[in-house]
Amino acid sequence: MSARRIIAVLLENEAGALSRIVGLFAQRNYNIETLTVAPTEDETLSRLTLTTFGDENTIEQITKQLNKLIEVFKVVDLTEGDHLEREIMMVKVRAEGARRPEVKRTADIFRGQIIDVTDNAYTVQLTGPSEKLDAFLRAVGESTVIEAVRSGVSGIGRGDKILSL
Amino acid sequence: MAEMLSGADMLIRALQDEGVEYLFGYPGGASLHIYDAIFKQQKVEHVLVRHEQAATHMADGYARATGQPGVVLVTSGPGATNAITGIATAHMDSTPIVVISGQVPNPQIGTDAFQETDMVGISRPVVKHSFLIREASQIPEVVKKAFYIATTGRPGPVVIDVPKDSTDPNETFEYRYPRKVALRSYNPTLRGHSGQIRKAVRALLTAKRPVIYTGGGVVQGNASAELRELVDRLDYPVTNTLMGLGGFPGTDRRFLGMLGMHGTFEANMAMHHADVIFAVGARFDDRVTNNPDKFCPDATIVHLDIDPASISKIIRADIPIVGPAAAVLREMNQVVGKSLDRNPDGIDRDALADWWNRIRRWRSKHGLDHDQRHRGDSPLLPQQVVQAVYRATSGDAYVTSDVGQHQMFAAQYYKFDEPRRWINSGGLGTMGFGLPAAMGVQFAYPDATVVCITGEGSFMMNMQELSTCMQYALPVKIINLNNAALGMVKQWQDMQYGGRLSHSTYRDALPDFVDLAGSFGHAGFRASSVKELDEVMSEVFSPAYKDKLVFVDACIDREEHVYPMAIKGGAMNDMVLERQPAQA
Repeated sequence: MSARRIIAVLLENEAGALSRIVGLFAQRNYNIETLTVAPTEDETLSRLTLTTFGDENTIEQITKQLNKLIEVFKVVDLTEGDHLEREIMMVKVRAEGARRPEVKRTADIFRGQIIDVTDNAYTVQLTGPSEKLDAFLRAVGESTVIEAVRSGVSGIGRGDKILSL
Repeated sequence: MAEMLSGADMLIRALQDEGVEYLFGYPGGASLHIYDAIFKQQKVEHVLVRHEQAATHMADGYARATGQPGVVLVTSGPGATNAITGIATAHMDSTPIVVISGQVPNPQIGTDAFQETDMVGISRPVVKHSFLIREASQIPEVVKKAFYIATTGRPGPVVIDVPKDSTDPNETFEYRYPRKVALRSYNPTLRGHSGQIRKAVRALLTAKRPVIYTGGGVVQGNASAELRELVDRLDYPVTNTLMGLGGFPGTDRRFLGMLGMHGTFEANMAMHHADVIFAVGARFDDRVTNNPDKFCPDATIVHLDIDPASISKIIRADIPIVGPAAAVLREMNQVVGKSLDRNPDGIDRDALADWWNRIRRWRSKHGLDHDQRHRGDSPLLPQQVVQAVYRATSGDAYVTSDVGQHQMFAAQYYKFDEPRRWINSGGLGTMGFGLPAAMGVQFAYPDATVVCITGEGSFMMNMQELSTCMQYALPVKIINLNNAALGMVKQWQDMQYGGRLSHSTYRDALPDFVDLAGSFGHAGFRASSVKELDEVMSEVFSPAYKDKLVFVDACIDREEHVYPMAIKGGAMNDMVLERQPAQA
């Protein structure tokens, strides 16, 4: 059964390491839905979170193939256990006339912040799981969205579970 | 006090410190500083090839025959891209080679400089790992890491891309070669999980219809002795993949022959009907399994491999074991030994006797009896040529091959009793591999008999190396199974495309190979009948030609096909055993 997975990868913070991971996905015909990467608290390491779709076998192969890369330390499928996921979105929404207070109210309901204002638009910042961001876009209506930029998913295990060396 | 050396000198010194004997290479602008460093020393012998692809195959052949890493030096741009086919070949067959490529100077990288290509990028999908030298001072450590990565775990090719400025003779550095190297994110498995090993032994001992199916991992992992011991204890049938031939003695009574697309009838039938399959260092390649959905329906799969990603990739393993073949088999032998000492009846000998009887019946029609059909002056069959080579070399040669029909005939008819004797491009299927690979083997073992069984199509893909053979006096024996066609392509066209031979023949555009060999100072012979073949063979492998390259142009029956052949989309027991009348 195909399902969405969040895979966290800890790797050497070195030039070329990211291209090996992205290349692996292209080469082996795995899909990448979202991808984020940044250095960790230990600056010699990067942490990468990606979301992908696949059945059990595909996900098993993805984690094994990632683990084979020399610069990869650890690979965890966060969706296997309790976890938190967040994505940040900045979205420019048309806000004119009666739409203006409506957009503000919708942003408040979703606990979004208005971070930039013009005469006819608000830029809303929103954080949460991907579905919440999707829901906000539906709520304000596709036609009012001028531009949306999403960070891609970051994930972390709940409780004592950590991903480190 | 550490010595002060330039980047180029450090690179060559590091190769010396790694114990490198040969460097197969071709110079160019970006590697000139390195070539000057080579000139000033004697320890590492450089072999000047005629094309970079051949250099990688030579290093590969050397590595496969010796188990030691083969080393290549090419220049940037076209030198680097020419090496890619050989790197991909080594990658697919997991051979340890280290490829050093020149690169434009660091400041010029990314400017589309003369002979610039992104070698790290272009080789990325076909290497185990790669390095780009940013600072000359990194060179000793990077070389150490490259050899460590190439030779440990599942072996594979490693690229070191060396920008020209990091080899500048005017800048020197303290040279220290690291004795050991540790990579915090790379820790190959050194032993198997004991619990899994015990489970595997239990499955093996309770089997009624077992088959041991072994691949290149037994050869590369130096696990032949351990495999033989296990088979001696259990007396189970063994089959080898194309890459695994020689991992178990080809003349042993328990050997079923090669399995897969052109495997023997008995090997494929035994696999299909097995209740327990023990796969060792094999990866259930599509040329073995045929249709994975129909693969061995009754079998419990025990799969031992050093690469976890090879396990349950194509066929789900019931009992996976990750580890080096030799160490795990050693432990299994102990467990099997103890178990059988405690309980000699812990193995179902009646069921096994029945199983062997079934296998004997399959063996009686194994499909490898084409040689019975032709005699005397009738057209020469490729199988007869391979058998003649086998007899003339007493089965003791190093045999390399290219890709196609001749490769399958060689695999079927030359019985390898030792590992590392059969050297071919199994995974990538690289035509042009055979001659340079044979040269690499001959460099490693100057006194050994090294035979390249090839076809005229494959041979012509790297025949420029006849010149290299002349320069280094390499006495390789080339057996050209000449059917004036790209035989395997033609066979598929015969069988599946109504005999429409689309671009698989040369319309009489072949050279006179005997003259061609002669023009490079080599000896050439032609054989077109069984009678001529016997005469030629007795000469070629006689002491008179011990030190000479000999090219044998064996003009074979142009219509011959390789059988058995798996039926596309079928199970392992779906095979064509001989030419069907409708296809003639």
